[in-house]
Amino acid sequence: LCAGPVENKNEAAMSELVPESRQKPVVPMKPVGINANLLGYIGIDTIIEQMRKKTMKTGFDFNIMVVGQSGLGKSTLVNTLFKSQVSRKSSGWNREEKIPKTVEIKAIGHVIEEGGVKMKLTVIDTPGFGDQINNENCWEPIEKYINEQYEKFLKEEVNIARKKRIPDTRVHCCLYFISPTGHSLRPLDLEFMKHLSKVVNIIPVIAKADTMTLEEKTEFKQRVRKELEVNGIEFYPQKEFDEDLEDKTENDKIRQESMPFAVVGSDKEYQVNGKRVLGRKTPWGIIEVENLTHCEFALLRDFVIRTHLQDLKEVTHNIHYETYRAKRLNDNGGLPPMTSETEENHESNL
Amino acid sequence: MAGAGQPNDGLRSLSLSGHVGFDTLPDQLVNKSIKQGFCFNILCIGETGSGKSTLINSLFNTSFDDSVSTHFHPNVRLKAQRYELHESNVRLKLTVVSTVGFGDQINKEDSYQPIVDYIDAQFEAYLQEELKIKRSIFNYHDTRIHVCLYIISPTGHSLKTLDLLTMKSLDSKVNIIPLIGKADSISKTELQQFKRKLITELVSNGIQIYQFPTDDEVVSQINTIMNGHLPFAVVGSTEVVKIGNKMVKARQYPWGIVQVENENHCDFVKLREMLICTNMEDLIEQTHTRHYELYRRCRLQEMGFRDIDPENKPVSLQEAYEAKRRKFYLELQRREEETRQKFVQRVKEKEAVLKEAEQRIQAKFEHLMLMHQEEKLKLEKKRKALEEEIALFNMKKANAELLQTQPMVSTPISLKREKDRKNSSFT
Repeated sequence: LCAGPVENKNEAAMSELVPESRQKPVVPMKPVGINANLLGYIGIDTIIEQMRKKTMKTGFDFNIMVVGQSGLGKSTLVNTLFKSQVSRKSSGWNREEKIPKTVEIKAIGHVIEEGGVKMKLTVIDTPGFGDQINNENCWEPIEKYINEQYEKFLKEEVNIARKKRIPDTRVHCCLYFISPTGHSLRPLDLEFMKHLSKVVNIIPVIAKADTMTLEEKTEFKQRVRKELEVNGIEFYPQKEFDEDLEDKTENDKIRQESMPFAVVGSDKEYQVNGKRVLGRKTPWGIIEVENLTHCEFALLRDFVIRTHLQDLKEVTHNIHYETYRAKRLNDNGGLPPMTSETEENHESNL
Repeated sequence: MAGAGQPNDGLRSLSLSGHVGFDTLPDQLVNKSIKQGFCFNILCIGETGSGKSTLINSLFNTSFDDSVSTHFHPNVRLKAQRYELHESNVRLKLTVVSTVGFGDQINKEDSYQPIVDYIDAQFEAYLQEELKIKRSIFNYHDTRIHVCLYIISPTGHSLKTLDLLTMKSLDSKVNIIPLIGKADSISKTELQQFKRKLITELVSNGIQIYQFPTDDEVVSQINTIMNGHLPFAVVGSTEVVKIGNKMVKARQYPWGIVQVENENHCDFVKLREMLICTNMEDLIEQTHTRHYELYRRCRLQEMGFRDIDPENKPVSLQEAYEAKRRKFYLELQRREEETRQKFVQRVKEKEAVLKEAEQRIQAKFEHLMLMHQEEKLKLEKKRKALEEEIALFNMKKANAELLQTQPMVSTPISLKREKDRKNSSFT
């Protein structure tokens, strides 16, 4: 039990455009670094329980986007991640159906519950990405969708009478599926990630990793990491947002060794060694999805869901959203068709 | 209890075929909060000597060295003290703001205004941060007051007018928990009557005090019971007395020992339970979602923003801001024009004045010139006159010299006489 010194809070700067601010009464705030001897138990650590109870009551929102060419197993992977049919697999396009001219954005929401925790999960699918002959700028509809969600949130936030809980449709995590060519990243991959890593948390995954041997996998991963670095693409977890040394060491390990995760997805169960496991059955054996020696699905799952889910949301809210907001409030030249103002820069919102 | 919104917001509910692992979410959230630390701000209002400092010391088991207050403060001030308390892995930044001199003045009209101003100032600071373009609201040190402990004097009669006025002006800005201070001066029966009277008075005056939340099954029962015990009758003490073989916080009287933490003696334990162990999170949340939002709404409307314009179409803050900006610039331009015209006017006036002065000086100059001329003429004349005299004198001199050279035989005496005669004609 100990106490420590406290720093002074800085007063918020007032903009010239706000008419006469209320006079702040003179309150002598001496920060006291007191040798407070705490004798006996007070009970302030119960606030943890109070907070936990509150969050269980309100539930969580999570919005995950999957991007990649068709046939890379996106839907299967998401279904495997959340152990339920959250994403409907597209059965490809037959002759009668037209291939979509542009990338579509399909968001489907479900409510899932586990251990008393309720989660509203929204899976945002992007059929048509990378499937056309000419894929120039096919990331634009995606970027537009992401920014539209930020815009929606911003509009709610600046309302005078605003909702108690602003509905959060912002994309918290974007899984980008890399084709397991074994060579290197494709130009489309680089273009997409370059543009979008600035607005959303991107987690690159190597899809259908059961087509590579262990050596091929390691080499490919190294090459991909190098290419991402050379192109200045900061995928999640971004280095600059590591909060402390503990975070940094943990995240460094993930960034430099595990990512991008080489995954295999499946929703079929097979009997292996007396246990029922999710896997893919091939003539040469059963690939166990959750077996770390077979693929890195379990690492991805633990990373996204069990350890960093809250952090994904917080980085989206505290950094990506704030960046969008600051830019939006600053330039007004913004995205069509949301704004039509043309004004010079100004210091603050009000 | 449904999660986000009413029964699943119309979304399908899916069942999981295996363990996914997002049940760790509350833990993830809690861990992040622990890293950030918690903030709790208490405002303690009570007359001088009502036991505020002792109560805080007893609640947080600390002995902040406060000097005893005097009764002679000219006006009400607020004194804030910040502490960092640690318990297991929880870091709490606690701020306790107490009134100084409350209820001491002869004229108490301005007693509660400093308190209202202080609370508003904290809301304002938060609002300003929230409205900034580049803001860091997630690591903002929250100074908004989360709870107000209002200490009522144990008169046994009723609320004082000052109490009513102060609580009325604060009930929409802060969570008020009324307490009866120094409750060991009232007997048990008197206390029950007093409490009933106080609650009736509060209700009849429309003062909204904080109700412990009863919507969560886990705490609703205890909270309901506690709501019935308000206002809590508290006794504080930092001194310990030995009872049996334990050292307890107590006040020793000749007729007995009042134990602070004995529920039969006072409601101190109930207060601590409710304030810290059960409802701290709710107090913080109510402050943010109710009181702060109300302040923000009023303030934004005051500043001229609204959500719906005269045609009943939703107005974005951006548009409202643009309109304001235009108005402001027009105003600026108007003022600039006004100033410019004033300036031109001033210049004209000054010019006229200067012109007039110039003319005067010119006239003076000419007058002087004239005088100068006249003087010159006069001097000229005098000079001429003088010259004529000189000429005459020279002539006479010449004549005299001529006469001198002629008659050489003249007796010196006669010459002298001649000279004298000539000389005298000159004198």
